Amino acid sequence: MDFFDRFAVPHPSIAIYASMAAIGLTVIAVIAGLTYFKKWGYLWREWLTTVDHKRIGIMYLLSALLMLFRGGVDAIMMRAQLAVPENTLLDAQHYNEIFTTHGIVMILFMAMPFIMFFMNFVVPLQIGARDVAFPRLNALSFWLFFMGAMLFNISFVVGGSPDAGWTSYFPLAGNEFSESVGTNYYMIAIQIAGIGTLMTGINFITTILKMRAPGMTLMKMPMFTWSALIANVIIVFAFPVLAVLLAMGTLDRQFGTHFFTMDNGGMDMLWANIFWVWGHPEVYILILPAFGIYSEVISTFARRNLYGYKSMVGSMVIISLLSFLVWAHHFFTMGQGALTNSIFSITTMAIAVPTGVKIFNWLLTLRKGKIVFTTPMLYSMLFIPLFTLGGVTGVMLAMSAADYQYHNTMFLVAHFHNVIIPGVVYAMLAGLHYYWPKMFGFMLNEKIGKWTAWLLSIGFIFAFMPMYVSGLDGQARRMYTYSEASGFSLMNMISFVGAAIMAIGFVLIVYNIYYSTRYESRDISNDPWDARTLEWSTHTPVPEYNFAILPDVRSNEALWDAKKNGHVLFKGDYEKIHMPNNSGIPFIMSCIFFVWGFSFIFSLWIPVIVTTIGIFVCMALRSFEQDHGRYITVKEIEETETNLRGA
Amino acid sequence: MHKKGIKAALLSVFFTIITVLAGCEPLLVLDPKGPQAERQASDILLSIGLMAIIVIVVFALLVYMLVKYRASKQRADYEPPHIEGNLWVEVIMVGIPVIIVAFLSYVSVQSNYIVEAKPKGYEDTKPLVVYASSSNWKWHFSYPEEGIETVNYLYIPTDRALEFRLYSHGPITSFWIPQLGGQKYAMADMVTTLHLAADVPGEFMGRNANFSGKGFAENTFNVTAMSQKDFDDWVKEVKETAKPITEKKFEELLEPGHLGQQTYTGTHLEFSPPPSGHEHGEESSETSESDTHTGSHTEHEGMSH
Amino acid sequence: MKIDNSLPLEYSTEENSLKILGFWIFLGAEIMLFATLFATYFTLENRTGSGPTGAEIFQITPVLFETLLLLTSSFTVGLGIHAMRIGNKKAMISFFSITLLLGLAFLGVEVFEFVTYVHEGATLQTSAFTAALLTTLGTHGAHVTLGFFWGLFIILQVKKRGLTPQTTNKAFIFSLYWHFLDVVWIFIFSFIYLKGMM
Repeated sequence: MDFFDRFAVPHPSIAIYASMAAIGLTVIAVIAGLTYFKKWGYLWREWLTTVDHKRIGIMYLLSALLMLFRGGVDAIMMRAQLAVPENTLLDAQHYNEIFTTHGIVMILFMAMPFIMFFMNFVVPLQIGARDVAFPRLNALSFWLFFMGAMLFNISFVVGGSPDAGWTSYFPLAGNEFSESVGTNYYMIAIQIAGIGTLMTGINFITTILKMRAPGMTLMKMPMFTWSALIANVIIVFAFPVLAVLLAMGTLDRQFGTHFFTMDNGGMDMLWANIFWVWGHPEVYILILPAFGIYSEVISTFARRNLYGYKSMVGSMVIISLLSFLVWAHHFFTMGQGALTNSIFSITTMAIAVPTGVKIFNWLLTLRKGKIVFTTPMLYSMLFIPLFTLGGVTGVMLAMSAADYQYHNTMFLVAHFHNVIIPGVVYAMLAGLHYYWPKMFGFMLNEKIGKWTAWLLSIGFIFAFMPMYVSGLDGQARRMYTYSEASGFSLMNMISFVGAAIMAIGFVLIVYNIYYSTRYESRDISNDPWDARTLEWSTHTPVPEYNFAILPDVRSNEALWDAKKNGHVLFKGDYEKIHMPNNSGIPFIMSCIFFVWGFSFIFSLWIPVIVTTIGIFVCMALRSFEQDHGRYITVKEIEETETNLRGA
Repeated sequence: MHKKGIKAALLSVFFTIITVLAGCEPLLVLDPKGPQAERQASDILLSIGLMAIIVIVVFALLVYMLVKYRASKQRADYEPPHIEGNLWVEVIMVGIPVIIVAFLSYVSVQSNYIVEAKPKGYEDTKPLVVYASSSNWKWHFSYPEEGIETVNYLYIPTDRALEFRLYSHGPITSFWIPQLGGQKYAMADMVTTLHLAADVPGEFMGRNANFSGKGFAENTFNVTAMSQKDFDDWVKEVKETAKPITEKKFEELLEPGHLGQQTYTGTHLEFSPPPSGHEHGEESSETSESDTHTGSHTEHEGMSH
Repeated sequence: MKIDNSLPLEYSTEENSLKILGFWIFLGAEIMLFATLFATYFTLENRTGSGPTGAEIFQITPVLFETLLLLTSSFTVGLGIHAMRIGNKKAMISFFSITLLLGLAFLGVEVFEFVTYVHEGATLQTSAFTAALLTTLGTHGAHVTLGFFWGLFIILQVKKRGLTPQTTNKAFIFSLYWHFLDVVWIFIFSFIYLKGMM
């Protein structure tokens, strides 16, 4: 029985047993449903083995929404625990686990796949390509991310969750102070997902550099594609750092090395430094594509071209460079002295300049426009003021001497939520409403959508503005409880109310999807928003090959150019189209990775060796495989095109 | 004079707003009781003021655009023009933020050197040196010159420079007394220095601000500032009444958990010296780097249970 | 599949040139990976705890052997690619085989080196310095090992399928990888061994 003891959760509670039951029931329900409706074949052929960037994108979206739910439940539990002083809803251990997983899930398993969804679905369409450069690698990226996310999530019910914060600073995250396997989950699950992300980075840089439609020079790329390109460059440079860091963490925890330990020369500060060398660029990996989405949405609904295209591109390039030069601002209080702090203080504040340029460009895009308030536009217009608040508090935090007072407090928590929620989450929701018709052939309900946007914003203000105040009043972050005498009660109660309002907002999104699926009209055009870029020039739903004829581009708003200036996008006759074949290897290999990760976490070395061999066998098979893809004939294209045009 | 006037006006406005927000109790960070906290509070208020201007400008521009250019206000056949951008607009767009950031950077750099030095106004006093070391989840305060040690409470004299030397017997923690000044990390690997001073007597909240595990929320300590005379009396009293700290006793204290307030004569520094690595000043020396591990090694031998 | 005959075979299809660019980007990521390892190593270099220092364990002889073997293999893989360009399949396979044998010899010496370290009391668990040293060297060694198998598969494929756009593309990419490992080794040689021995 000793063998099985290791899988038990060290601090069980009702919530954990309930989750076990819920996970078990869901798995049974999914299996039963698939069997009953005879969908196994469909699932395998159309989804598990797909290499189509649009389907992979949709799978990213589903995972992101699922993880949004998980992270959201964590959040509401935290706010509930802190709503009143001396609350006993959660104990310290559970609270620690929950804020740790909330951070990781929201950043790495919710925001990242949401961004990946947009890049996958939109970039090839926007540059007029038929797929990404390496479709099969793309599938592998997704499945590795997915298995990493799932592996991370089962920590809640098998063996215990990580509890050292999403930053996992050593020595706290070391063996001595974190004995459960929780932090092993952190190291391995993120490692697996991170490999997937790195490959996405390589894939999309190649795609964007090499596969643009004829005539689309770099400076004629739509802004979202630009933002995706830069974000992927950051991924390629930042994620290897994370990989090494996690490997060293794993070695320390499971192989007794002394990178970050307190004895034999280990250095706890090294973890913090390397973590943020990855961690800060990571933030920009999320926010830059979000900026790209806002640029698309704002120019579409202001009915005007984006103001200051060149400075938009330039500011993103500068932001991406600066993002690697500011990491020490996450620990001004580590005692590196006034000179170092001054340097990082200045580089950090410098980021405000290019970011400000973007805000002013968006404002000037509105000028002389003809603004239509759709749901995506509403999110974007709520984004500008709320994000500005987050941005300026960022400048405040960058003042290192004052940061000694903000650091580790609720002020900081308020700040980063204030940039991430209006900055990234609103962009995702704006993009979700914006691209939904292209994906599924019907719009999301506008009325519910607008209600949601307002609820989220009101909830957001109530939830996070009080944190600025309680932070300045001395409330440290990550405290599972506080006393009545501290005077934090009122602010935390308001915060809880705000969080509850936001929760209603998120439930409304789910309701909107349900409602719109049932009631919204299927009779929409290929271009329901009267948009400006290539993704709206093809059919809805998008055919497998995206474009029957590759578009000919001569401006950065190719579709608008075609609509207003009579430019002909699609010239010439149909030719047969080369498409990649589906493959089961990415899915199977990722499943092996899952087992590998699970065994590794529990130090079960025999399965680790077996699965490692399995992974290499998959790679070898791939190496020897001869797969030249397949062709879609002209006749098939003609049929598809006629059908889609008729519909 | 003029600048001071603006600053004072800003100060009072924000004090009022924030005070009202917080239910009439002044927020700790903005209620400084020492020169370092004062400098930080004034930096905070200055930046709030400047940032408020930016926020107002952005809000105003946004509202103006949204009101003026919304579709319902426009002719049905209005075609928005194609505008690429304008060099001068962009110069302004970059220029003004650059000026603001440059100004704040200047203030920030100045403040960095101020908070990292002996507190203003107390340059001539001989600083009281206190070693503050954390263990799960307590604070140990050693007064080497006085030869006494306390747990979870701190007595300090007013009107005198205080020099805290911080380190940790475990996870990274952060030593923070909001009303006296900002925090700094205490780590196992090196000793960091925090310069503080208290202008007035009183009771202040102190805590570990950096998450350090299960007992983190309760990882607090009380700070009492008193006149030098009262402080000396207290030291004397402790020396007469308290028990000496022994190696065995100290190891018991290090066990994870919470303890109440305790007082000892002697300090643990004598048998369990702090890590020999020190904060990197401008002249960060290679030698102190390479010496670090030997110190921290012996130091933690007693810890690994 | 469109084949552009004006280009070398390994670049001749669109897919091939995508793969080559993709691999260059991958090498960019690899540079960051090794840069992080080097940064860690330099930070922990003097933190030897109770274990030995670099000067105490580094020996010039095996390191020189390793350097010689790997540099030569980088040269032979270059010759292999040259042979491939002029369409000489047999010469290409020979040069690739020599490359892999040299790689194998390199790994042999490295294993010997590691065993010596362990005997001298410098294991992975000894100190921060040894952990950083062995992780950096080990990561490089693991890359060479992986490269060995990869190269082997390519030789088998060339043998079976001849010099096609696919096989030449793979072989070319492999050569990039192998040269890259050589460059990393030069850094290891200069900044870990030579610096450590001085």
